[in-house]
Amino acid sequence: MKTSLLRNIFWKRFKRNKIAVIGAIIVFLLFIIAMFAPLFSPYNQNDIDRNHILEPPSFKHPFGTDDLGRDVFSRMLYGARTSLLVGFVAVGISTIIGIFFGSIAGYYGGWTDRIIMRFIDIMLTIPTFFLILAVIAFIGPGIWNIMVVIGLTSWMGVARLVRAEFLSLKEREFVLAAKAIGVSDKRIIFKHILINSLAPVFVSAVLGIAGAVLLESGLSFLGLGVQPPTPTWGNILTLGKDNIEIAWWLSVFPGFAILLTVLGYNLLGEGIRDAFDPRLWEAEQG
Amino acid sequence: MIPTLFGITLISFMILHLAPGKPTDVLADFNPKITPEARERLEKMYNLDKPVIVQYVLWLNKIVKFDFGESFSSDRRPVIDKIWDKKQPLTERRLFITFMLNVITMFVILVIAIPLGITSATHQNTLYDRITTTSVFIGFATPSFWLALLLMMFFGVYLGWLPISGLKSMNYDSLSLAGKIIDRINHLILPVFVYAFGGLAGDSRYMRSSMLEVIRQDYIKVARAKGLPERIVIYRHALRNALLPLITLIGLSVPGLIGGSVIMESIFGIPGMGQLLFMSVMTRDYPVIMGIVIIVGFLTLLGNLLADIGYMLADPRIRH
Repeated sequence: MKTSLLRNIFWKRFKRNKIAVIGAIIVFLLFIIAMFAPLFSPYNQNDIDRNHILEPPSFKHPFGTDDLGRDVFSRMLYGARTSLLVGFVAVGISTIIGIFFGSIAGYYGGWTDRIIMRFIDIMLTIPTFFLILAVIAFIGPGIWNIMVVIGLTSWMGVARLVRAEFLSLKEREFVLAAKAIGVSDKRIIFKHILINSLAPVFVSAVLGIAGAVLLESGLSFLGLGVQPPTPTWGNILTLGKDNIEIAWWLSVFPGFAILLTVLGYNLLGEGIRDAFDPRLWEAEQG
Repeated sequence: MIPTLFGITLISFMILHLAPGKPTDVLADFNPKITPEARERLEKMYNLDKPVIVQYVLWLNKIVKFDFGESFSSDRRPVIDKIWDKKQPLTERRLFITFMLNVITMFVILVIAIPLGITSATHQNTLYDRITTTSVFIGFATPSFWLALLLMMFFGVYLGWLPISGLKSMNYDSLSLAGKIIDRINHLILPVFVYAFGGLAGDSRYMRSSMLEVIRQDYIKVARAKGLPERIVIYRHALRNALLPLITLIGLSVPGLIGGSVIMESIFGIPGMGQLLFMSVMTRDYPVIMGIVIIVGFLTLLGNLLADIGYMLADPRIRH
């Protein structure tokens, strides 16, 4: 009964926030595009057509063709797939690591906490992009590698968030009561505290996808991310740079797609955060 | 500070051992042309035949002396010479170029973000505030390298007003002093603008919320109540307090800003540390990569320390 009431309040608040709804629609459309990319694309995304290289947008090729005569529109549809995949897997990895370190640090405190926090400080000192590039130099580029590397280098925010939640929740009566009746640490961490701190983690995961998409496209743009011929928005932009004087369409469209995607996840994340925020509920109900 | 510094070297060292097998195998995998001699050099440099702990201590011993080894590239120069070449004039050294670019960018960000944040806080919920807030969201989402491409295309290729690559023109040496300065500025406009754009959104947002918090305080009400003009209330009483958290923010944004230099310097062909890292990753020049990661980590740490000191100097409340 109570959860359904909360859910109703959440939806009511979320729907009233127009900007959040725009974000949700963008994200939803991206899902559809990624899922049905083969259906929507007029050409095979990897088909090379030497007779039609670097053609500007036309009815035949809505976003033009690239330096090998491939249809940019079809490649961009598949690019949506790549960025969605990288975003979700990378954020999945970083969220799991973040929850793990954050809950241990917050729950046990003391030395454990100090060591983990120090480690986080160190990770934050080395610029993420430098760290990622250094790792890629050793393990090589490629779609799976960069998912893992982005995940391994972006969990610190989640860990801090989870730790803060644990610090405030672990002194509450329901946790103390659970401890008093002898519930195991593992059970308290997962079943009692973590469950109650998932809302902010979820928000940071949604925002994290935006960050991961940006990182992936940046890496692919440099040629150190997803490798051709797999299409990504980042590696289409590389061609845009190489042909900057003759082919504007190779730069304009993929970049705009990245912007829309990142904007969509950011708006959605902020919207969910506001809808979850009990302080705002009270303010509204007055 | 010291433990963190230690940690940075430890993480860099861990990266070296991240890949399965010996680092020399990885090198051979990616670069079949590697000679047995290069392999030997790598083994010798990192003492790969010794236990891991010994390797780390020996390596650390070299690093405290700024000895990052020799580059794998054909010139075989010491890594430190590539980053900070004493034979070159100061303005040609990679570390200096990246450092200056970051300082100029930071300056530009602050000059624009502070007034933007203040005005949108003092005009909260007006059309102006809404426009800046929307722009901030779009600014957050704009990939900097895309913005760079668009501006290069428009101002560089289409209008032909600005150069799109490098830090100086071919005929730089033959220019007069004024010409040289103008040439430098022309080359810096696009990179600095794009570079600053990314940080602008966050900092102006931060400034806005910091200002909003301050103008709700009692002492601001008192200042207004005693009849001070709004201008004085905002710029004399509120601004000083609202600026304090910005010092922390500057410290925090240093890693992100420096991190962006890889893409920026690669796009604009700026011969700084970021470009060197990019080229080294492409050629798997491990000693250079490790050297750069450590130096940049160290500089970021220094930046954070300076921010802390700055905060202490600016805010008497936390001096003790």
